Amino acid sequence: MSVAFSEAARAEFERLLTRYPDRKAVILPALHLAQKEFGHVSDEAIVYVAELVGTSPAEIEGVATFYTMYNRKPVGKYHVQICRNIACSLLGAEHLIEHLSEKLGVKPGGTTPDGKFTLSLAECLGSCGTAPVMQVNDDYYEKLTVESIDAILDKLP
Amino acid sequence: METVLTTHFADDAYRRIDVYRGFGGYDALRKALSMTPEGIIDEVKKANLRGRGGAGFPAGVKWGFLPKDLSRPRVLVVNADEGEPGTFKDRLVMSRGPHLLVEGIAIAAFALRVHRSYVYIRGEFVREARILDEAVAEAYAAGFLGKNILGSGFDLDLTVHRGAGAYICGEETSLINSLEGKRGWPRLKPPFPASVGAFSLPTIVNNVETLADVPWIITHGGEKFAAMGVEKNGGTRLIGVSGAVNRPGVYELPAGTNLKEIIYTHAGGVKDGKALKAVIPGGSSTPVLRPNEIDVSYDIESMAKIGTMAGSGGVIVIPEGTCMVRALSVLMNFYAHESCGQCTPCREGTGWLKTIVGRIEAGKGKAGDVELILDLCDNMMGRTICPLSDAAAMPAQSFVWKFREEFDRHIGEQKCPYGNRF
Repeated sequence: MSVAFSEAARAEFERLLTRYPDRKAVILPALHLAQKEFGHVSDEAIVYVAELVGTSPAEIEGVATFYTMYNRKPVGKYHVQICRNIACSLLGAEHLIEHLSEKLGVKPGGTTPDGKFTLSLAECLGSCGTAPVMQVNDDYYEKLTVESIDAILDKLP
Repeated sequence: METVLTTHFADDAYRRIDVYRGFGGYDALRKALSMTPEGIIDEVKKANLRGRGGAGFPAGVKWGFLPKDLSRPRVLVVNADEGEPGTFKDRLVMSRGPHLLVEGIAIAAFALRVHRSYVYIRGEFVREARILDEAVAEAYAAGFLGKNILGSGFDLDLTVHRGAGAYICGEETSLINSLEGKRGWPRLKPPFPASVGAFSLPTIVNNVETLADVPWIITHGGEKFAAMGVEKNGGTRLIGVSGAVNRPGVYELPAGTNLKEIIYTHAGGVKDGKALKAVIPGGSSTPVLRPNEIDVSYDIESMAKIGTMAGSGGVIVIPEGTCMVRALSVLMNFYAHESCGQCTPCREGTGWLKTIVGRIEAGKGKAGDVELILDLCDNMMGRTICPLSDAAAMPAQSFVWKFREEFDRHIGEQKCPYGNRF
């Protein structure tokens, strides 16, 4: 099954091309666009981006799999990524990870059966001064406690 | 105390160009455009501005590495891939004072005769990238970017480029590869980026904070900036204090402020009235300090003298009661995850460090494991294309040197004396 960008995404792709002296420099931004458009970076998305950029799917796949942010498999409606690095760990991240696992009923890496949440462990999110931290889709949530995690997740539609 | 960067950060509207200009913003760019490029570089040299990304290389000297020959276009790349655990200062600059960065880029680009610049921002910083995009759009609209800036005839295009999750891309040659749309594999040097960098063009890579300091230097003069810090290390530094302190956060303090004062006076001391056990002083890669070592000037040279680094300004405070083996295990998981796999000592070394430290923490350590860690570290340092291997080995080595008894006790008792908890 082939995929294609919406008109708006296609226009954004064309705009990106004007910003670089080399067409391949748009690969990372194009993969971000693809993930936004299609939910994850599927095999079809890889082929599509390769065609747009004018390179091989193998090259795009090599790039896509190098970076942690491109999801090669579908994720839940909300991708909950909680930091497990040192500053967060010192302030209770391990306990929060256990709480999230129990609350969502999935281990890190898993998606809830209703497809609403995927839980992942993240390395340092660069917000150590407000640890512990998690990212839900694009948004950061800082100075987390068990209670604040419950309040944040329970509010998500 | 005079500050260079954070003076107006409490004001939410400071990120808007009209408010920024109300505080004198972009006056430095106007002044710079009336100077010669060489004059600007001299001023930055006089300022003793040292790179704030971690390596601490003098910015003005780095700028001088571009070839004299102007036949090939040059590129200025801003390293906003803030990923060193314990470091969260550039995020503050980009979210609270994005125009400081944009103005600093414009001034540096003029000095370096650059017409194309990129801010490579870590992909997770979606909000900060949006704020920067807005600031860039405002600067274009006001004539501070684009064609014929302020009627000077100088052109500059600036693009915000998002990464996609890879610590290694904070290393400048990896960042360049990533900007070009490749996997973030570091490049062998030479050639250095100043001769062959992004898109094979002469390239300068500078950290966010480094460039954000530049407008102040142009307005007030390099000597005044230098005088705020210590010899060879001018200005203020954004110091991020995290971990178990009462007031975690970013503090802008003169380079050379005492580390103990940073932790106890500015960050309010150790949380819950606990005693201090250890300090990782400049981001997770820097060798750990014991409490009796922190009465030291927080500047590049003084920190080097005691065998560690001020690095990227990320001070991580570890309280009494923390299992140091567990803390190291968290770090070793991180480096094993982030090694790009290109060089054998790093790919294998980080994997083995993760395994060995992990098994010691799990109560399955073997006699000789501690020596094995040190031997691995010896074989990882200075033997790879980029410093990630050293960055993993330095904490491992220093944790073992300074907290050896904890490792031995884990192995002797075949369990974690702290109950496998932080």
